[in-house]
Amino acid sequence: MSLQTIIMGDPRADRVVPPTGFTANLTVFAAAAMAFLAVFAMALSFASGRLADRWESELAQSSTIRISAPADQMVAQTEAALRVLDQTPGVASARVLSEAEQQALLTPWFGPDLPVANLPIPQLIEVIEEGAGYDAEGLRLRLQGEVPGAVLDDHTRWRKPLVAAAERLRTLGVFSIALIAATTGVIITLAAGAALAANAQIIDALRLIGARDVYIARAFVRRFTLRTLIGAAAGTAFAMAAIAVLPPAGGEGGFLTGLGFRGVEWFWPLVVPPLAAFVSFWATRTAALRRLKQVT
Amino acid sequence: MIEFQDASMGYGGGKLFSDVSLDLKPGSFHFLTGPSGAGKTTFLKLCYLELVPTDGRVAIFGQDSRKMSRDDVAVARRRIGVVHQDCRFLDHLPMSENILLPLTVAGRDTAPEMGNLEELLAWVGLSAQADALPPELSGGERQRAALARAVIMAPDVIVADEPTGNVDWDMSLRLLSLLVELNKMGKSVVVATHDMNLIRQAKAQTQTRVLRIRDRTVQQAEVDL
Ligand SMILES: Nc1ncnc2c1ncn2[C@@H]1O[C@H](COP(=O)(O)OP(=O)(O)O)[C@@H](O)[C@H]1O
Ligand SMILES: [Mg+2]
Repeated sequence: MSLQTIIMGDPRADRVVPPTGFTANLTVFAAAAMAFLAVFAMALSFASGRLADRWESELAQSSTIRISAPADQMVAQTEAALRVLDQTPGVASARVLSEAEQQALLTPWFGPDLPVANLPIPQLIEVIEEGAGYDAEGLRLRLQGEVPGAVLDDHTRWRKPLVAAAERLRTLGVFSIALIAATTGVIITLAAGAALAANAQIIDALRLIGARDVYIARAFVRRFTLRTLIGAAAGTAFAMAAIAVLPPAGGEGGFLTGLGFRGVEWFWPLVVPPLAAFVSFWATRTAALRRLKQVT
Repeated sequence: MIEFQDASMGYGGGKLFSDVSLDLKPGSFHFLTGPSGAGKTTFLKLCYLELVPTDGRVAIFGQDSRKMSRDDVAVARRRIGVVHQDCRFLDHLPMSENILLPLTVAGRDTAPEMGNLEELLAWVGLSAQADALPPELSGGERQRAALARAVIMAPDVIVADEPTGNVDWDMSLRLLSLLVELNKMGKSVVVATHDMNLIRQAKAQTQTRVLRIRDRTVQQAEVDL
């Protein structure tokens, strides 16, 4: 049963099985719906994958040290902290945030007129990592000993679960696609089984006049493969169009606006219709050959 | 051609017949008789590979039926034209396509056979019914169409299961003369029937043998009827 005979077909061979309008339409619809879901699951996977990557790269490279100390000790402790950082492997650079920068960070919460200088506001030091980063626990212990007012905020406490969640989401998306493919196989198997049962007498008659199993199977396989291909192509096209017209992701594109495909990712949904056709091909072929074993 | 060697057959419980040894030779004409339920259809099913014997062996064209793969069976059936008791047409296809179906399923091009088909339809007297659907035909017409389908592949053997079962006497004679004609063309013919008049008629036209299923065995009828 070559792919060519599946696509080109043998019109006479097709005619041996009577056409079935209603179940044919159901198969096309089911394939379209499954393809639509698969494309969305794909978009979800890509979006969460991108999100995980971005969070990881944005957050992994920087962390903050906050120094809270009485005003007269502030400068000394800041210098002590910088010295510690200077000696810590994995730290690329450390920079004391200026008063203006600190004010900019606080503005969203307290407004622009906050007199930063008059308030006991902690001093922030931005730490940029290099390579695999530094040993956070080791640094924390050293700071505790040498700079009593320093608190290391390495973001990992909240960054790791977020990245893990995004990665889990991507995995779930891939798993959903596998489930959708399996469900498509199940639907096609059931539909093909029904078609085979409905045509049991025809199958008997064909066997008795010398039809080989593959010949009979092909009549069903071709039908279901083509129906699935057509349905899946329509579902995929519809889903791609729906995703294309989602509001574009802005500069701060969050998860929802980031849902979609970027660049070559648009190639991936195109895999859905052939994949669905392939699943249908095997499901129908297996169902047909198994059924034919019961016919002499 | 079709060889029974100590073949026995039964469904589950008792045996319909045991230790049957026969050789249906090329060019022979056999009738198979016996009361209803004796196992005539069963015997023919052993001949066209729908069943295998419970014991012993049935060889078709030299191949043990029990050892044939499903594809071997399909290919062997192309050399055996069967007229089934219930004809078994595809009701959604016109008669012409039904008659050509053995060629179609064998993957042969039917275009060069159209002249052949017309001749065949004329021969069985169904030229006018070529485009009719099977349910539109009478019993006798269906039997004749089944015969046409059975011979389209120019098979070596024709097997007919009560081909005159539901047709009147005139039609029976017509069908018989078709079978006799095929036999004279060199085909082996096996016909199950319980119509003794038909057998008598056949004997007048050609050399035939009569097999009788009786007392759990299949015997060649020694005495003429
Ligand atoms: N598939 C089957 N399963 C069980 N018993 C069967 C089957 N086919 C036929 N029989 C039984 O075998 C006997 C012979 O049947 P059959 O060969 O059709 O006889 P005939 O054609 O001579 O009338 C009958 O008693 C029938 O009930
Ligand atoms: Mg019978």
